[in-house]
Amino acid sequence: MTRLVTATIAVLGIAVLIALDASATPPNPYKAPPLLALGSGTAPSGGFCGALPDGAGK
Amino acid sequence: MTTLTDSSLNATTPILRRGVLVLAGFAVVFAAALLAGGRFGLMLAIGLGFGIVLEGLRFGFAGPWRAMILRRDPAGIWAQLLAIGLVTLVALPMISAGSGELVGAEAPVGFAMIAGAFIFGAAMQVVLGCGSGTLVNAGSGNAVALIALPFFAIGSFAGAYHLIWWTDLGALPIIKFSGWQGVALTLLGLAAIAGLLWKLAPPEHRRLPRRLIIAAVLLAAFAILNLLVAGQPWGVVYGLGLWAAKAASAAGADLSGSAFWSAPGSLDRLKNSILTDYTSLTNIGIVLGAFLVASWRVGGLSQKLPRLPVLAWIAAIVAGFLLGYSSRLAFGCNVGAFFSGISTGSLHGWVWFAAAFAGSIYGVRLRPLLKLEPKP
Repeated sequence: MTRLVTATIAVLGIAVLIALDASATPPNPYKAPPLLALGSGTAPSGGFCGALPDGAGK
Repeated sequence: MTTLTDSSLNATTPILRRGVLVLAGFAVVFAAALLAGGRFGLMLAIGLGFGIVLEGLRFGFAGPWRAMILRRDPAGIWAQLLAIGLVTLVALPMISAGSGELVGAEAPVGFAMIAGAFIFGAAMQVVLGCGSGTLVNAGSGNAVALIALPFFAIGSFAGAYHLIWWTDLGALPIIKFSGWQGVALTLLGLAAIAGLLWKLAPPEHRRLPRRLIIAAVLLAAFAILNLLVAGQPWGVVYGLGLWAAKAASAAGADLSGSAFWSAPGSLDRLKNSILTDYTSLTNIGIVLGAFLVASWRVGGLSQKLPRLPVLAWIAAIVAGFLLGYSSRLAFGCNVGAFFSGISTGSLHGWVWFAAAFAGSIYGVRLRPLLKLEPKP
């Protein structure tokens, strides 16, 4: 067996993940934020590995 | 005997294949933008950029640390420090001068954070893949990384589930360096480490290859773009944990017992598509970018998989889980804590570096004991 098999499994796994997720929680492009956060006038709200959840640790 | 027609065919096939790969790259970015919005398509493109640079120019984190520990070869770490320094120069002043649109990778230093970084350092040497490395390796067909990746995601979910309990064991307030003073302090720190490595390295290893300089500059450029587009620095482990949390939630698991996953922000992200989560998008981009590069190379995916004993596969599963769990306690992996933490002025990035490097020294020794060196 070569790396072609494992690499294909990785890419197919990602494709399945996106497809299952999109069917459960479809994205809505009409609710999309401005293209850049810089200059958008809004605070970032994305999840990040360094961030504690809202209200925790305070 | 090779005929003229055979030669033409051989020459045409890679061109055709590479053309398809370029089109596929553009197509996935366009599809993400169409389905979720322009910003999210752009984040996927940035992720592809990370993956292409990391795999295409062989820029890594775990490998260079191993090279320093085993051979006192500091080139890879110098490249990491260069990339971090370049991001610092742009990111820190922008975050300080901004009106709250951009945030750094700020996190507290604490007991669990230090222990988490130590364990992460050891585990990343066992599988020879860090946060970004595991994604790159999986995308380029590394079987150990492919096995470790889902357990990395489960570990990240579990670590976040227990995060508040661990953090309550004791943590300092968030300490950060900001503005041009922060830039000066960070660059001085990076230069001091680079100098120490110079002193430790034998003369034959005191050089930084051009390939790594180019990779460091490109990686820094993509990391700055990540900050400008998402408003937050480059990260990896949050996205992986979110995938497992969504799967657990879809399977009917009750996440209300976790202060992390039941927080309003987490609930909101669980209800939204992963195509709107920044770290998920860059993670997906990294896997796809690495796949594109491996497919681009002649014979890039034709290497045979290594023959490893059962113990090695078990070690990959356990190390994968530990990578995920420990990186949540450590407030990030080599990307979110080390790269983004230091470059955006968080003290925890420096502490993470020291603790993870100490863990790596043990991880390097563990790898052969766990039979993860392929049989000849």
